[in-house]
Amino acid sequence: MIVADKKPVEEIIEYVKDCQKILVLGCNECVTVCEAGGKKEVGVLAATLRMYFSNQGTEDVQVDERTLERQCDHEYLEEIRDIADQYDAIVSIACGVGIQFTAEKYHSIPVYPGVNTCFLGVTEQRGLWTERCQACGQCILAYTGGICPVARCAKRLFNGPCGGSSKGKCEINKELDCAWQLIIDRLKAIDRMDLYEKLFNVKDWSTDRAGGPRKVEREDVQI
Amino acid sequence: MRLIYPTSFRIIRVPCTGKVDVQHMLRALEKGADGVCVIGCMEGECLYKTGNFRARKRVEQVQRILQSIGADPGRARMYNLSSSDGPLFAKYAGEMDAQIRELGPNPMKKKKQSAA
Ligand code: SF4
Ligand code: SF4
Repeated sequence: MIVADKKPVEEIIEYVKDCQKILVLGCNECVTVCEAGGKKEVGVLAATLRMYFSNQGTEDVQVDERTLERQCDHEYLEEIRDIADQYDAIVSIACGVGIQFTAEKYHSIPVYPGVNTCFLGVTEQRGLWTERCQACGQCILAYTGGICPVARCAKRLFNGPCGGSSKGKCEINKELDCAWQLIIDRLKAIDRMDLYEKLFNVKDWSTDRAGGPRKVEREDVQI
Repeated sequence: MRLIYPTSFRIIRVPCTGKVDVQHMLRALEKGADGVCVIGCMEGECLYKTGNFRARKRVEQVQRILQSIGADPGRARMYNLSSSDGPLFAKYAGEMDAQIRELGPNPMKKKKQSAA
């Protein structure tokens, strides 16, 4: 999933402090799972903003709540078509993708981010999310035992580990697992150390962000 | 035991303090409660093991939210006591009541609602 983290309330207040009618817009998917932008967080943020305005003596400011199934699909974003116009601002707490798509669809309404979008990752345990993939566009997990050196090796090495790997940990941080140690352990476990013996060719990075914004176009599913 | 505690308290019973969410506390404050006090079992004695620890974290979260909007974090508090300890309950209730009186009425109370 896409992992996001809450923005400090003070920052959000700064965006909307002069508005009269605000919609806090959540998303039911990734950001709900990482507890940053779901229905519950919408409730907490909206209540916080309402209390802020009342505390300032500007209690006629209206702060409404809405949570969509997703903010990265037209059909769900259309659900607020008939109400969007009445707001001076939308605070979206979906990931950066959802925030941008909301802004694209509601062109004349300011849309502000209520979260910081961090990475593609997993829930390791409740309250702990860690990065797994950098969406490089040319997945090589088949050769690395299912562990990604792009996202998890600090140096993005393809023929690791480097000399800094010590007791299974990375040299940049003693708490961080060395991705290449993990790769070797896993290749051993699936009896594929032969893959480790082969040198990696230079990776084709043209599918990565370096080539500019990317797109996936599939004629077979287009209508 | 005919103990006296402040009449300003409205008691809401929950199965475990772990059931009390940040949203519930904010709603109470938003609707005009001058303070919210969560009273859980003694630490280490929760029937569900971690309910009262969770409640404490959530109270702390509400305190941070109050601080971030310029309100007094003292309007939210957490106490732990044994369910049979009536005198201690009365003492804590008195403490909370005194603290809230010192802070004065809740400025976040919606005027429309308080007039209704
Ligand atoms: S808007 Fe973002 S958080 Fe919501 S479903 Fe789409 S990708 Fe996930
Ligand atoms: S190789 Fe690329 S696509 Fe595959 S997990 Fe790593 S970053 Fe993601």
